[in-house]
Amino acid sequence: MPKLYSGAEIVFKCLEDQNVSHLFGYPGGAVLPIYDELKNFNSVKHILVRHEQGAGHAAEGYARSTGKPGVLLVTSGPGATNAVTALTDAYMDSVPLVCITGQVPTHLIGTDAFQECDTTGITRPCTKHNWLVKDVNDLAEVMHKAFEVATTGRPGPVLVDIPKDIQFQKGKYKNFTKAKKLNGKSHDNFSQKNIDELIKLISKAKKPIFYTGGGVINSGPKASELLRELVYATGFPITSTLQGLGCFPADDNQFLGMLGMHGTFEANNAMYSCDLMINVGARFDDRITGKIDEFSPKSKKVHIDIDPSSINKNVKVDLAIVGDIKSVLTSTLKTIKKSKNNFSKSNKHQISNWWEQIQKWRSKRSLDYIGNEETIKPQYAIERLYELTKDKDTYITTEVGQHQMWAAQHYKFNKPNRWMTSGGLGTMGYGLPAAVGVQIAHPKKLVIDIAGEASVLMTMQEMSTAVQYNLPIKIFILNNEYMGMVRQWQELLHDKNYSESYTAALPDFVKMAEAYGCVGIRAKTPEELDDKIIEMLNTDRPVIFDCLVDKQENCYPMIPSGKPHNQMLLGPKDQKEKKITGKGRTLV
Amino acid sequence: MANSKSAYSFAGKKQKLDTHIIVVWVDNESGVLARVVGLFSGRGYNIESLAVAEVDQKQNISRITIVTTGTPQVVDQIKLQLKKLVPVHKVADFKREDKNVIFKEMALFKFVANNIKLNKAFEACKKFNPVLLDKTTKSNVIQITALRREIDNMSKNLKKFGLVSVSRTGAVAMTRGSEVFK
Repeated sequence: MPKLYSGAEIVFKCLEDQNVSHLFGYPGGAVLPIYDELKNFNSVKHILVRHEQGAGHAAEGYARSTGKPGVLLVTSGPGATNAVTALTDAYMDSVPLVCITGQVPTHLIGTDAFQECDTTGITRPCTKHNWLVKDVNDLAEVMHKAFEVATTGRPGPVLVDIPKDIQFQKGKYKNFTKAKKLNGKSHDNFSQKNIDELIKLISKAKKPIFYTGGGVINSGPKASELLRELVYATGFPITSTLQGLGCFPADDNQFLGMLGMHGTFEANNAMYSCDLMINVGARFDDRITGKIDEFSPKSKKVHIDIDPSSINKNVKVDLAIVGDIKSVLTSTLKTIKKSKNNFSKSNKHQISNWWEQIQKWRSKRSLDYIGNEETIKPQYAIERLYELTKDKDTYITTEVGQHQMWAAQHYKFNKPNRWMTSGGLGTMGYGLPAAVGVQIAHPKKLVIDIAGEASVLMTMQEMSTAVQYNLPIKIFILNNEYMGMVRQWQELLHDKNYSESYTAALPDFVKMAEAYGCVGIRAKTPEELDDKIIEMLNTDRPVIFDCLVDKQENCYPMIPSGKPHNQMLLGPKDQKEKKITGKGRTLV
Repeated sequence: MANSKSAYSFAGKKQKLDTHIIVVWVDNESGVLARVVGLFSGRGYNIESLAVAEVDQKQNISRITIVTTGTPQVVDQIKLQLKKLVPVHKVADFKREDKNVIFKEMALFKFVANNIKLNKAFEACKKFNPVLLDKTTKSNVIQITALRREIDNMSKNLKKFGLVSVSRTGAVAMTRGSEVFK
């Protein structure tokens, strides 16, 4: 007879089997049997957060910086509902998470018991799949399946809801066996014909562009290497979405910067005017396309994606290649090498006019800003932060808002998995707990959360977690006392009616840092900024860096008001030349 | 909101709507119908009618038949999104005009009237395979199988014969000929 284990033991045996080393969680009544078992499994380390949303974002940071699934353990009722924001965030940004929730005992389900909620009902629209385990003998299989669903195909969050009586009951444990085919949900079945067509389009193109996204990162570091090889071989320009930053070196001449609502002038104009667009692992999000009817009107569009439902969802494409980026790029490169050895040379000649045009757009220098000697410009702060940390292998997380866009524009990423930001859901408060997760995964690396003072207050409690586990995360706050992006939209789109976007009673972040038991540093002028940043970098403890920046600065360039890519709003320098002021500015 | 300047507010061009019948084979497990229906409501798709029952007891497979309307792009999305759900095995899609597919709905009519009217009511149903399920001196219950529009018309026209209550199923579908959808 096989040995019987309690449900709680089975949970940990599964985690061991799946090589889970860290678990982010918060105990409560309905998960106590699982917490009781924690002491018997040394290979799984539990990280106690201060709020279940923090556990979710920390697990996301962990997952995105390692490529492994993040695991969180929370209790029933409020524990589960608090995790919903993080699950939705992971669902939007395709982050593999496994969320284990406790549930009231089976005989109490449906009776409005204490801390009961319909967890699987609530999380059904924000997970790839979820399970309510009603028989302890199903538990092992469900847990393994959960990891499989979370990590295969387009990754995403899953949830396993385990009633308390199931955690106590004894049942059989089943080892993990890798299934050959997951119910037909994993798609990697593109044909050589697709690849040949792609290469035909590549060799014909006169105005091509690569438009890359988070799919490249999700496909693993090898995919980024292959992408670089392909981009260099073709000599084509490349632009990236917010989530794709890092899959191609940002300081390379072929890189046009980020595209979209706050993308560069050259990237957006190239997207508008190109004759061939090769979308690698991006999803034509509305922040990218702007007005959809006028999105890149003259181009042939190729879409490489692992998720068949992403194809033709927002934008109709001419060639769809459904598959894992890594395998698609491998086949493409193999075919290029086989058929056209002199391919790159001839092609570069063909696209030389295109590059000339791009250089003209580039000469607009759309990311420029007007510097100031008295107040710190937020862009300047990011630039200095980049210059002083670029020699280290730095991991950056962000919150959501202006600071996030400035970080994406001015911090140059050269490697994948170094940039963790909430793009799809746009969750303020993401960055601090995500930094906790990243630092757990990479204890020796420099981890910085580029934050806004409004966002960071939403999950500030996790500083306590950072202190508890000696995680030397750096919270770099661009403090302008406003919800900056809200203020900017109000200035440009709502006739400067700054309704509720000013935070009148902010805490003293330096004192707050001290209260949490970490280090607080404040920078007030551009002159002292470098020294203060260096002081932060030399501190081997968690730091809250309060960087007081220009309160009125806006994030440019910007595609306003559902305009197409070629009608961008540029920064103040450009506007002065064009004499667009006052009311006209909102109408551009 | 008058004259919004936000990027959210620009809808694309309007396209023609088609009626499709989507057939989904799913594992018959708890919550599976909620997953399918939630996908429709969450993404703003239409459901005109819905029929669901287990069709394979050994393998626990249920067959869900959904009548929906949408642009070709939306119908494609519906199929692709359904295929992503873990308990979904396969998805078939038929246009309502498709001659190779049989669509049927069933309806139960209750009439309360005198004998003459009751007989007339049964007579009027003749075209749609009527079955007399219950009869008293004052009432009867008739079952018919027909297309959606035919049942719509019948429920209007039969009022004069004392129709007091209508109960109807969603459409079910099956292809003609020997072929089976794989």
